[in-house]
Amino acid sequence: MLSLDPLPLAASASNLLAAREQMAFTLGFHIVLSCIGVALPATILVANYIGLKKGDKDALELARRWSKAMAVTFAVGAVTGTVLSFEFGLLWPQFTGRFGSVFGIAFAIEGIFFFIEAIFLAIYIYGWKRLSGWAHFWSGVPMAITGIGGAFSVVAANSWMNQPQGFTLNAAGKVVDTDPWQVLFNPATGYEVPHMILAAYMVTSFLVASIYAVGMLKGRRDRLHRLGLLIPLTIGCIVTPIQLFVGDTAAREVADHQPAKFAGMECIQKTGGHQTEYVGGICTSDGVKAAIPIPDLDSFLVGFSADTKVTGLADIPVDERPPANTLLHLAFDAMVGIGSALLLLGAWLAYAWWKKRDIPQTKWFLRAVSVTGAGAVLALWCGWIVTEVGRQPWIVQGYMRTEEAVTEAKGIWFSFAGVLLLYAAIGTIAILVLRGMSRRWREGVAEPEGTPYAPPEEVPG
Amino acid sequence: MSKADAAAGILWVGATFYALFGGADFGGGFWDLIAGDAEQGERPRALIQRSLTPVWEANHVWLIFVIVVLWTAFPSAFSAVFTTLYVPIALAAVGIVLRGCGFAFRKSIEGLQARRAAGATFALSSLLTPFFMGATVGAIASGNVPATGNGDAFSSWLEPLPLLTGAMFVATGAYLSAVFLVGDARRAGEADLERYFVRRALAAAAVAGIAAAAGLVELHAESRYVFDRLVDEGLPLVILSVLCGIGLLVVLLRGARKPLRPLAAGAVVAVIWGWGVAQFPYLLPTSLRIDQAAAPDPTLVTVFIVFGAAAVLVLPSLGLLYTLSQRDLLEAEH
Repeated sequence: MLSLDPLPLAASASNLLAAREQMAFTLGFHIVLSCIGVALPATILVANYIGLKKGDKDALELARRWSKAMAVTFAVGAVTGTVLSFEFGLLWPQFTGRFGSVFGIAFAIEGIFFFIEAIFLAIYIYGWKRLSGWAHFWSGVPMAITGIGGAFSVVAANSWMNQPQGFTLNAAGKVVDTDPWQVLFNPATGYEVPHMILAAYMVTSFLVASIYAVGMLKGRRDRLHRLGLLIPLTIGCIVTPIQLFVGDTAAREVADHQPAKFAGMECIQKTGGHQTEYVGGICTSDGVKAAIPIPDLDSFLVGFSADTKVTGLADIPVDERPPANTLLHLAFDAMVGIGSALLLLGAWLAYAWWKKRDIPQTKWFLRAVSVTGAGAVLALWCGWIVTEVGRQPWIVQGYMRTEEAVTEAKGIWFSFAGVLLLYAAIGTIAILVLRGMSRRWREGVAEPEGTPYAPPEEVPG
Repeated sequence: MSKADAAAGILWVGATFYALFGGADFGGGFWDLIAGDAEQGERPRALIQRSLTPVWEANHVWLIFVIVVLWTAFPSAFSAVFTTLYVPIALAAVGIVLRGCGFAFRKSIEGLQARRAAGATFALSSLLTPFFMGATVGAIASGNVPATGNGDAFSSWLEPLPLLTGAMFVATGAYLSAVFLVGDARRAGEADLERYFVRRALAAAAVAGIAAAAGLVELHAESRYVFDRLVDEGLPLVILSVLCGIGLLVVLLRGARKPLRPLAAGAVVAVIWGWGVAQFPYLLPTSLRIDQAAAPDPTLVTVFIVFGAAAVLVLPSLGLLYTLSQRDLLEAEH
């Protein structure tokens, strides 16, 4: 019989790999856009507020431009988010079929937030010309609030997958009772939700700041560019230290509640105190190769004492160990490393501002800012790799393995290939569209007429 | 009424809103698709663009609402549907991505050719997406989804009734959209466009009516349980739908312009609820009943609270958006 699966694996194992790849890819794509959807409204409103309060035309112009860009990112984010909701059934039907009544509670609430965000986003984006200044500003405030509410709901569902509670199973494993509060406020909600919301603010603000840093490096030193750099960069630099604190707390919670994930992140092999912190390196069952070892630090970070006992992978049953430990470890280190670098950048900015009321007057500062956007996105992806790969082989920690959740549908590899092509196309076009908008603003060229593909006004030649 | 029945009612309310507003947005894309070359199609396309731009994303959220309520309140039905009908559902998902991106990009992308390509993507996927959604719904109504899921991936929906339902979804969206656009054209003072969409509303109504009649014949053949209830308990709603349809035809042919939208919406709403009544008490006729598929009570109560919050927060916000849009306070042009 002709097989639809190109890889010589058992059908379910092949489906599992394809489904995980597709989920990781579509989530990784969408999450950047959802971060922008969560945090860009507040960034825009800051510029809008400055513009209205101080009669600052440049700030108003920035708010206007960012909202036009948001129209594009929000549209792509809305449809790629819809794809994710379909994937709960297309890729993980057993997970949703068995636990949908539990984690769905969080998503049902998210629906309300997303609804309100979509409505007020439309009013704000298209209300620039006809609504009065302050009415228009206030029409934007619900977007910022609902963005945070939406992030809370979605991440609460993910937290529940990591620390499930609030449900009763019967002997057949069917959910027969639920406790919505326990589901929403599971032990992981307290650190995953703030970690993600702060990450959204970091990703968005550093992305916007890096765009203006590139512009300034190209010699565009006008006030608009300086303000376009300074507003988001200030937000990012305020958020970063809070994020490092929250992330540090999160890592300790993971060490307590998901020891397998923590051991994978930190490449800990043998259970005990006085664990060495390894920076970088390759994880093997004989320990970490090619890493920078810092004695006792890992134990100290987990329990503020070098004697703190930390569980090693050797004490985790083989079939419950997370896969790809080197990937997990490097992803974790990269996330922490990037966060620390962004903290230093913030300190640099704060020092220069304290001394001279200005950004540091060196091209190296702008060069550093110009890579913060990519860095923040990379850190975001690394964080999700740690969370999601680190939870494997579980989809619901301790209750359901990912292989039990996956669909039996045929052709998931083809679906993944199709999704790769489709998303590559829309990602590329979205970037081209945004660059085109930015160039037109810079050159003061009129934007295309509202009429879609009307005939050209002048016949060329 | 049990909690499970109430949750199914909420599902139907969401589906009704999506059919009315999301359906009309698909219809706008359909009229864009067949509006002719750039010269001929310029003005109708401009009107469609102005009408859709501020509202399509909000309208799209009803779909997410329906999907999430389905998996939260009726998780086993959700997984049965998605493990059986994954082909049309995946195609609809591709259509949703292409349509949203095509619509967003065509406003801002540079170059006439690129804008036409984006526009064509939007318009073509506005045709395909509701077709595959309709095929999915038709396959459910046909009783082709087993309660345990994993039904046949192709024969479950490649049958006359699901395919006719797909065609009916396309025609209904086109009909709603044309009726809404008649009002928009009138408000804009464009009398020729008004007549243009009156003609199209009549044509779409005829096609939707024929598809519905053919669907009834197929329903009789393929899904006897649903048919029998539709012409029994569901009969008042069927009659209401036909009356609204006839009423609309009379209003349009006499050149009157009121009450167009309530009649058009009434015809569609009556069909959706007629379908619901016809397959009651089954969610998946005749393999899974509403009460068998229902989530535990605390989850259902959460869905009720969420629905209440939607009624208090979302509906007034939507009303504000539509009011601002209808009063031309929202500029589609950047």
